[in-house]
Amino acid sequence: MTAYLLKRLIIAALTLVLASMVVFAVMEVLPGDPARLMLGLNASAEQVEALRNQMGLNAPLMLRYLHWVGGLLNLDFGRSYTYSVPVIDLVRERIAVSLPLALIALALSTIIAIPVGVFSASRQGRAGDTLAMGAAQLGVAVPNFWFALMLIYLFAVWLRLVPAGGFPGWGAGIWPALKSLILPAIALALPQAAILGRVARSALIEVLNEDYIRTARAKGLPYRAVLWRHALRNAMIPVLTILGLQFAFLLAGTIIIENVFYLPGLGRLIFQAITQRDLIVVESIVMLLVAAVILINLLVDFSYAIVDPRLRGRQ
Amino acid sequence: MSLLEIENLSLTIGATPILKGVELTIAPGEVVGLVGESGSGKSMTALTIMQLLPHLARAEGRVAFDGIDILGATEDQMCALRGDDIGMVFQEPMTALNPVKTIGEQVAEGIRWHTKAGRAEAEERARKILDRVGLPEAKFPLSRYPHELSGGQRQRVVIAIACALKPKLLIADEPTTALDVVLQAQILDLLRDLVRENRMGLLLISHDLAVVTEMADRLTILRRGEVTEAGDTARTLSEQQHPYTRELALASMHVPARPKQHLAGSAMPLLEVEGVVRDYPGRRKSLFRPAQPIRAVDDVSLTIEPAQSVALVGRSGCGKSTLARMILALDKPTAGTIRFRGEAIIGKAEAELKPARRDMQVVFQDPYGSFDPRQKVEKLVAEPLHLLEKQPANAERREMVAHALDEVGLGPRDMDKYPHEFSGGQRQRLSIARAIITRPKLVVADEPVSALDVSIRAQILDLFAELNQKLGIAYLFITHDLTVARAMADEVLVMHEGKIVERGKTGDVLDHPRSEAARALVAAAPDLHRAIARRMQEQG
Repeated sequence: MTAYLLKRLIIAALTLVLASMVVFAVMEVLPGDPARLMLGLNASAEQVEALRNQMGLNAPLMLRYLHWVGGLLNLDFGRSYTYSVPVIDLVRERIAVSLPLALIALALSTIIAIPVGVFSASRQGRAGDTLAMGAAQLGVAVPNFWFALMLIYLFAVWLRLVPAGGFPGWGAGIWPALKSLILPAIALALPQAAILGRVARSALIEVLNEDYIRTARAKGLPYRAVLWRHALRNAMIPVLTILGLQFAFLLAGTIIIENVFYLPGLGRLIFQAITQRDLIVVESIVMLLVAAVILINLLVDFSYAIVDPRLRGRQ
Repeated sequence: MSLLEIENLSLTIGATPILKGVELTIAPGEVVGLVGESGSGKSMTALTIMQLLPHLARAEGRVAFDGIDILGATEDQMCALRGDDIGMVFQEPMTALNPVKTIGEQVAEGIRWHTKAGRAEAEERARKILDRVGLPEAKFPLSRYPHELSGGQRQRVVIAIACALKPKLLIADEPTTALDVVLQAQILDLLRDLVRENRMGLLLISHDLAVVTEMADRLTILRRGEVTEAGDTARTLSEQQHPYTRELALASMHVPARPKQHLAGSAMPLLEVEGVVRDYPGRRKSLFRPAQPIRAVDDVSLTIEPAQSVALVGRSGCGKSTLARMILALDKPTAGTIRFRGEAIIGKAEAELKPARRDMQVVFQDPYGSFDPRQKVEKLVAEPLHLLEKQPANAERREMVAHALDEVGLGPRDMDKYPHEFSGGQRQRLSIARAIITRPKLVVADEPVSALDVSIRAQILDLFAELNQKLGIAYLFITHDLTVARAMADEVLVMHEGKIVERGKTGDVLDHPRSEAARALVAAAPDLHRAIARRMQEQG
């Protein structure tokens, strides 16, 4: 067990290092000089050169990479070119919106997908299954921002249950803050739940045809008990894999959804930073998102070991 | 009074009739054998008793268990019977247990469900039954997972689950077909003892007449969903009134005619294996100590002469398939040399191996798994032709495939079909056609008939014999089934724990085994003659 976890941990760490190199290299080759950007169009070449020296942009590549990574490890992400504040302050403020949003969406998609998968798999080929999978097909096909608009129209404009956009801040109280995150979370979760539900269904159907399901039935357990006690845990392995992979798409989805709902989150920050060529902010947020995806996938690897004893090796 | 009475049972799945007017009774403490070839409806009869039939199945007639009308019972009533009064053991022990639950959980689950016992009490009872089936606590604690057990051990767990609540009826569907003969004998002994201890009725389903004869008081023979003959085992098999019974008995003892026996020492050896060793990396016990390698094949030497037929017999896991892979140059030995027609095949590049690969082909056990289902027969059978020096043109290629198909008893029209359009026996003919299309000198056959029904098996053995006589192909048969060795081999090698422990002429080794491993194999192998003789004495 420890050998398996250690191996996964080392792989995750190496991936992170590799990803940081790629992110850094891509930012290097992108056009646009941050010093010129900060000083504006009228600055002289000497002024730009002086600022470049001051920002350390003229140092050798390797040194700048190490400096950057060292900063990341100390949570010093540098200063934003456009806002002139430490990037970490911007990120800290925005992550308080994006992290809860992503987690609620992830939880919501799991909570919807697994019961739907179980429902469909146990009624394979019957009307309920066809209906649920038809809905899932629609969920996969329809883009999340369109869902978002429909949700706004229904719940905010028509029923007036929740605000149509904006974020009052956690300072305004937990309920108002959560209320403004509900619709974006649903909009993010629905397409994910549709994919995950289909995966859960097909994984369950495959497992339900296994010999050990017949053994469990021959013990006298009713079908439902066999489904929940024997089939579901075995079907979780592909579901977890997809869940880990989907997390990256979920983060990408937040960029769109935060713009639709006008939420001050990381997604909107990175969007603005890109349009303003605030490369250091882009670089930091991309690195943060990469780390989040790697972490989630590490957790998925760990949960494999919990679900499947064959990965743990001999006791 | 009978424990189980099946009267005039008919079963259809969709529009397909599966069973027609099946009759069967089992009394308490009685062992009834249900014999038939694949597709004859044996398993469906069992699943009807359990009411675990597939969706569209419709059963008619009468099935009464202990006075309860099974066909009219509700699902709740059936749940109460299954696992409590009726237990069932299945064919494939490797997949019959849930891989993510411990054996303790899986045995205790049924006990808790039926008796409403607490966890501790159920685990105590699970412990007792596991001890009883030969899995003592010291080596097999309840916390073991199925993947930590071998096939025979897993089958003992399945039997423990089925017998935990001392059922009145046990249904065993091919319980030993996936096991080697020594394990088979052990599992059959266990079942026999459990029947005696608990006065259980046992419905033993098997395609193997010898196994059923050894075990059953009465037998029922099923063919295409209908009972062809039923009665006391000894009388049924000694009189063999129904032609199908005779056909089955003859087929299961079939020895193909091989007029030209191989004469030893006539020519240069075709294959020479010298001091071959294969180590696999072992499991690490500590991060800081290197793992001890596991020796799968240990200093094996053998020779095969042209047109000679050699059988390599041994229990599962003895290293015989690993040895075969090295001979086929699919795996590299850790030490030792392998020469094919005087040329070493180890350490050669793939291109240099072409002539050897051309003259050395293989037939695998599973005729279902060894073909790509999306390719046509022409392409599948022509596959080895890329090993020829000169690539044949399209027309010539079709000619060669047609010829190979003809040699294995199939027609040229079969060329444009897909594998699923063939039966198991026909598919094994296809794999033989694929093996002989390059006119090889040696064919390695890994359990080539153990997945086949007895009558098909007899035909395939005949085909092997015929090709040996006609084309002078030498064989290396890899098998745990001594009847195959007896039917086909000039010489037998007995392998045990990676070593060859005995070798000699087939008759000598099988009739007078000297090593312990060979004696165990011979003693455990079911033999129809012997079994009938014993039954005759018992039943008068």
